Amino acid sequence: MDLSTSYLGFELKNPLIASASPLTSSPESIKKLEDNGIAAVVLHSLFEEQINHELQQLDHFLFSHNESYAEAIDYLPHEVDFENLQADHYLKEIEEIKRSIDIPVIASLNGVSSGGWVKYASKLQEAGADALELHISYIPTDIDMDSATVEKMYVDTVSLVKEHISIPLTVKMNRYFSNPANMAKRFVESGVSGLTLFDNPVTVDIDLMTLSSVQKAQITTSRQLSESLRWCGILYRKLPCSLCAGTGVHTGADVLKAVISGADAVSLASVLLMKGEKEVQEILHFIRHWMEENEYQSISQMKGSVSLEHTDNPSAYERSSYMSALQNFDRDSDLPRRFL
Amino acid sequence: MEKRFITVDGNEAVARIAHKINEVIAIYPITPSSPMGEYSDMYSAKGETNIFGTVPQVYEMQSEGGASGAIHGALQGGALATTFTASQGLLLMIPNMYKIAGELTPTVFHVASRSLAAQALSIFGDHQDVMGVRQTGFALFASNSVQEAHDFALIAQAASLRSRIPFLHFFDGFRTSHEVSKIVQIDQGVMKQMIDTELVNLHKQRALSPDHPVLRGTSQNPDVYFQGRETVNPYYQAVPGILQKEMDKFFELTGREYRLFDYVGAPDADEVIVLMGSGAEAVEESVEYLVAKGEKVGMVKVRLALPFDIRAFIDVLPKTLKAIAVLDRTKEAGSLGEPLYHDVVAALFESRSTLPFAMPKVIGGRYGLSSKEFTPAMILAIYKELQKSSPKNHFTIGILDDVTHSSLTYDKDFILENKDQFQAIFYGLGSDGTVGANKNTIKIIGSETENYAQGYFVYDSKKSGSMTTSHVRFGKEPIKSTYLIQKADFIGVHQGVFLEKFNLLDSIKEGGVFLLNSRYPKDRIWDKLPRITQKQIIDKRLKFYAIDAYSVAKASGMGSRINTVMQTCFFAISGILPKEEAIEKIKQSIQKTYGKKGDLIVEMNYQAVDHTLKNLFEVEVPISITGTIELQPALKGELDSFSREVIQKITEYKGDEIPVSKMPADGTWPTGTTQYEKRNIAAEVPVWDSETCIQCNKCVSVCPHSVIRSKVFDIGLVGNAPETFTYKPAKGKMFTENDVFNISVAVEDCTGCALCVEVCPAKNKSQTNLKAINMQPQLPIREEGIKQWDYFLSLPNVDRALLDHNDFKQSQFLEPLFEFSGACPGCGETPYIKLASQLFGDRMVVANATGCSSIYGGNLPTTPWKKNSEGRGPAWSNSLFEDNAEFGLGFRLAIDNHEKNARDLLKSLQIDEVFKNEILDAVQKGEGEINLQRKRVDDLKKMLVLMDDEGAKALLEVVDYLVKKSVWIIGGDGWAYDIGYGGLDHVLASGKNVNILVLDTQVYSNTGGQQSKATLTGAVAKFAAGGKAAAPKDLAAMAINYQHVYVAKVSLGANDKATVKAFMEAEQYDGPSIIIAYSHCVAHGYDLRYGMEQQKAAVDCGLWPIFRFNPELLQNGENPLILDYKGIKTDVKEFMYKETRFKMVEKMDKKRAEGFLQTARETAQSYYQRYTHLQEQFDHKEEK
Repeated sequence: MDLSTSYLGFELKNPLIASASPLTSSPESIKKLEDNGIAAVVLHSLFEEQINHELQQLDHFLFSHNESYAEAIDYLPHEVDFENLQADHYLKEIEEIKRSIDIPVIASLNGVSSGGWVKYASKLQEAGADALELHISYIPTDIDMDSATVEKMYVDTVSLVKEHISIPLTVKMNRYFSNPANMAKRFVESGVSGLTLFDNPVTVDIDLMTLSSVQKAQITTSRQLSESLRWCGILYRKLPCSLCAGTGVHTGADVLKAVISGADAVSLASVLLMKGEKEVQEILHFIRHWMEENEYQSISQMKGSVSLEHTDNPSAYERSSYMSALQNFDRDSDLPRRFL
Repeated sequence: MEKRFITVDGNEAVARIAHKINEVIAIYPITPSSPMGEYSDMYSAKGETNIFGTVPQVYEMQSEGGASGAIHGALQGGALATTFTASQGLLLMIPNMYKIAGELTPTVFHVASRSLAAQALSIFGDHQDVMGVRQTGFALFASNSVQEAHDFALIAQAASLRSRIPFLHFFDGFRTSHEVSKIVQIDQGVMKQMIDTELVNLHKQRALSPDHPVLRGTSQNPDVYFQGRETVNPYYQAVPGILQKEMDKFFELTGREYRLFDYVGAPDADEVIVLMGSGAEAVEESVEYLVAKGEKVGMVKVRLALPFDIRAFIDVLPKTLKAIAVLDRTKEAGSLGEPLYHDVVAALFESRSTLPFAMPKVIGGRYGLSSKEFTPAMILAIYKELQKSSPKNHFTIGILDDVTHSSLTYDKDFILENKDQFQAIFYGLGSDGTVGANKNTIKIIGSETENYAQGYFVYDSKKSGSMTTSHVRFGKEPIKSTYLIQKADFIGVHQGVFLEKFNLLDSIKEGGVFLLNSRYPKDRIWDKLPRITQKQIIDKRLKFYAIDAYSVAKASGMGSRINTVMQTCFFAISGILPKEEAIEKIKQSIQKTYGKKGDLIVEMNYQAVDHTLKNLFEVEVPISITGTIELQPALKGELDSFSREVIQKITEYKGDEIPVSKMPADGTWPTGTTQYEKRNIAAEVPVWDSETCIQCNKCVSVCPHSVIRSKVFDIGLVGNAPETFTYKPAKGKMFTENDVFNISVAVEDCTGCALCVEVCPAKNKSQTNLKAINMQPQLPIREEGIKQWDYFLSLPNVDRALLDHNDFKQSQFLEPLFEFSGACPGCGETPYIKLASQLFGDRMVVANATGCSSIYGGNLPTTPWKKNSEGRGPAWSNSLFEDNAEFGLGFRLAIDNHEKNARDLLKSLQIDEVFKNEILDAVQKGEGEINLQRKRVDDLKKMLVLMDDEGAKALLEVVDYLVKKSVWIIGGDGWAYDIGYGGLDHVLASGKNVNILVLDTQVYSNTGGQQSKATLTGAVAKFAAGGKAAAPKDLAAMAINYQHVYVAKVSLGANDKATVKAFMEAEQYDGPSIIIAYSHCVAHGYDLRYGMEQQKAAVDCGLWPIFRFNPELLQNGENPLILDYKGIKTDVKEFMYKETRFKMVEKMDKKRAEGFLQTARETAQSYYQRYTHLQEQFDHKEEK
């Protein structure tokens, strides 16, 4: 049985990728993931803010009260070498991880502007990253900013990052574009080799005790897989790039659905955080079992078999399928029966 | 050999040598010598080796006494050892200096010479400290410039090794120690040739060693001590010859020639000035000017002041000599003259039979105390005086002595024109980067051009909103002008607001260049200038350039740091370098400075340079004055004559004009004068929202500068209130329904720290980003704010008797008798001091250790300690750093003596026995009881003045001591944990009723953040550059051990209620009390508006356990230990990694940082275990 799949030009032993999460923030846990069968890892994200602000902060607080009082020209020893800035630490980590594992290592950059931080992309490549995932999550709060401006900012940032690297670049998209498919196309035209559909944005909440707005990271469930399936299904074979389904992939069944809709790979985070690295084995076991039962020999055989192009019910991917979905709703399952 | 130039200050110039030629360096921070120790520590931390191939051990001791002891031991152990110090620090070394010299031990102490604390402390330069150790047996060796300090540091070591006589190498504090200058660097080859290995080996062979044991430090008796003392004479006699030989050898190696006494001037001079130190440079410059004019004058630079070589001195004097003026930069009150004068007189007298000239007239004079300016005008006046038939002896120069008329007059308008020099003055705000930018400019010009460069920086005495003045000179010849720039080619005003107060263009030359940082655009900038500034620009035909530096800095991502912007402006318009070249050099320098910190910082600075060039503009100067703005007075309010004639002048930077007669003879100064200053330094100030306020008074309590106050008053009083004055019904059982509550802000005195906003627990119901107190720009609300504040002050204070002082909220209605100090914005210490002043101010006597609290508490011109409306208030004094506990105990002993005396006199007085006993038996624990006693004593006084009785008269003198006085001993952790610990411990043991307040910032804050024994594990501090490994001393536990000491560890940010209780209990306890108060500090490296949050975080993670140990409870059979925290709530990381002092360790070495975190966790656990266990122990004790 052949579980292998091609993703960003790499031959993965199976479609399971560990996406950026605390589990991919240390060489030890990444090694465990590999040992349990994961096929590639996306490292925890290096944020634009980490690259920019840490240095600025250190610079500010080391010097902010200097040269204002005769007895204390300065307050902290500043002729010290910072060997472990977060950004530099990240680079060292890549080197270390690359030495300890064999599967592809995808570095992750998270930012919104086209500032100097994009230069870090080339440093990540130099440090040994096999590919780079770019995560742009911009929340426009200016009501005068039109969608074209926002979209252009995304595309410009992608182009700029691509200028700095020769390794494959993948974009972790959000789903809130007017036409995600068009954005996907423009990303690919800007040099992207892969798309991850979609990100799992941090949510906003209000704390009634402090009367403050707060951010929360969200654990996903299989219920959230739908949008990934839809857009993998729509984009399958439409663009010369790899597709990775993210958000809501928790079970072997979810993986199968993603691949069948058209994904080359899937990315896992919440399920691993909840159940640990060993769950990879369970998922793979389920896939093998299902393939045996259904007499599939390979992943490539099933890939895109129920995509928009190949499905017997293309209307399911479209709005008109709404009524039909409701009619097919099964109380015992959280998904329309047709997909089971 | 090619000369290698470096641009460094005097301290660095010396440290670069001392670190290379020593093996052990024991130090203790003291201004202005601290940077020498810090540089040495930095070199060793980086692993730099000395010329012997080892990394010197740099060790911070608990005091200068300790440092000299350690040096003595290291020398006896055969190591080459040195120390750096100044002022009182040097005096603390005296006992060991006798020992070191008596045992003929080679060493060099490097001293950045500084004034001594007499009528007042001063951190500035003169020779009082050095002249105070003449008797110890150290050779005194003076360098006059940064180059000489570098050279002599080496020559002194060579001569000391050869002569076995210890050397004290000194140079003028600040003038040389902090002057940045381009000098020739001595390379290691020269050092190796100067330091004779054989002599080093001989020193090592004399080491105490069990392998060849000897005994030193014997006790000698009348039969031999005297002879023993005389054995050293030949060694001293040899010193001048040895030193000259070493100087000659140095000349051969470097080409820089020095003699024991260097003569400069006309070979046939009639008048000669003799002096040492940086002033000699200015004299040399003046002599060159006079000789060029044909005057027959000369000067002698004294290099080796002790042992004084008579022959060498007489030999350098011109044979035509008629008159000598000997200048001493010191004061020996009551003496016939100062030391150098004495030595010169004695030298001439002893050589009278062999003099190659007739006995000249000799006069002595004092100059330059506490870095007082010493200018060519003064020097010319001295030469003029020498030409008189009877010149004034024992004169002073540079001041107006209208009391004993010692001062010489001089032509204040005379300026020595030095056409080869380019001179620039820059006025900046402390921390806006102006000084740093100028240091950088000097380095660029020093290293990239053939020019010599000099920078000298004058700082304000305030720690907040202070003005810095940079004096920068460039020229083709070495610069000898050791005085401030008097007429500048260029003036840069980096903060436009200074022009509103000071006539800064007074010191610019005709046709000079004026650069202004201003928010106003091109078309409005002229009209926004004060009339006096406009006049100067027009009259002097200045070229006027301007830029909105803050906007440029912000747009470049630099925040409020305008250093690169203003530096670029200077280079772009000063013409000191071709513009294109200059810009390239700035960019190279940026790469060099910030390259290591990453591309982003470099890029930001590059952007700032480019934006600057686009935004800098020249202002077209109109032909007439059009402005309407007049200079603001430096002080506001009703001033008495002293405030007008003295305090105001100092505030206006005209203190040099104050004559001797106006200065208090004994250093006594009035309190409560900060209220007149109205510094207006905050861009934003808090504004109270009465609707949202819940009347908790937290903002009042945390305000470091006492600018936020609350009052409750009858609504009937608000009739004539300004329209914007708001209030709301007062909450609290003690208030009536007619009472209303208001919080007012002294907008002109606020420093804008925003601690109040962060601590406010109330949120606006409709806009949760607003609290009950919010920051708003000051300028638009200033006028209204002033009206509100004046009105607020006119309202009556809440009756103290009505309030429960133990209650936190109520305590904050008490009037603070400590206000508007010069402490840093957001200071963590001052809220505690203010609290003490609120609770006990009318009966407090304060002994204040030297440190931050003595500086913001008593640095001229204005004083924050003040009186209440009855004329009572804290009486305050600073003795020294090391003796504060003892000093305070002395207060107690005196007060107890007076009280006993008063009681005895009262007992024998023939008055009503009942009344008498009421006074004698009065319990005076709380304020109510004290007030009753005060009334009784007032009645008694009325009786006493009517009595014609000796006893009554005597009692009248001391009768006020029948009312309780509260003795407070206040200082920082450097004092309490380190230098003053012995005394503090003794005072705790004494059982006497004193209250000790330790403002614990966990570093020596005032001298720039050196580690103390209070420094927390894992914190980076100076002398702990990699983070402090050892655990802090648990001072509280040590004090609890006595069991008769009231001990509290408090944190205002974590538990304000417990803090107030601790102060009350400590004061009421009839015995020694110590309160250790967590004080956040700028040295911790975060935005201090979050200071109180961090205080809480420190408690929550267990690293700052808060508790009260009250022996009084023990006496009552109760558990004396009350924990004011409930164990460990959060991980230490939550507290530590919000502060740069801890966080930077992680950025340097993650593994080490992890280790520190673990140790800190264990420490927090152990504290909790220790104190809960102790509590349990007392429980068991009670049960038994």
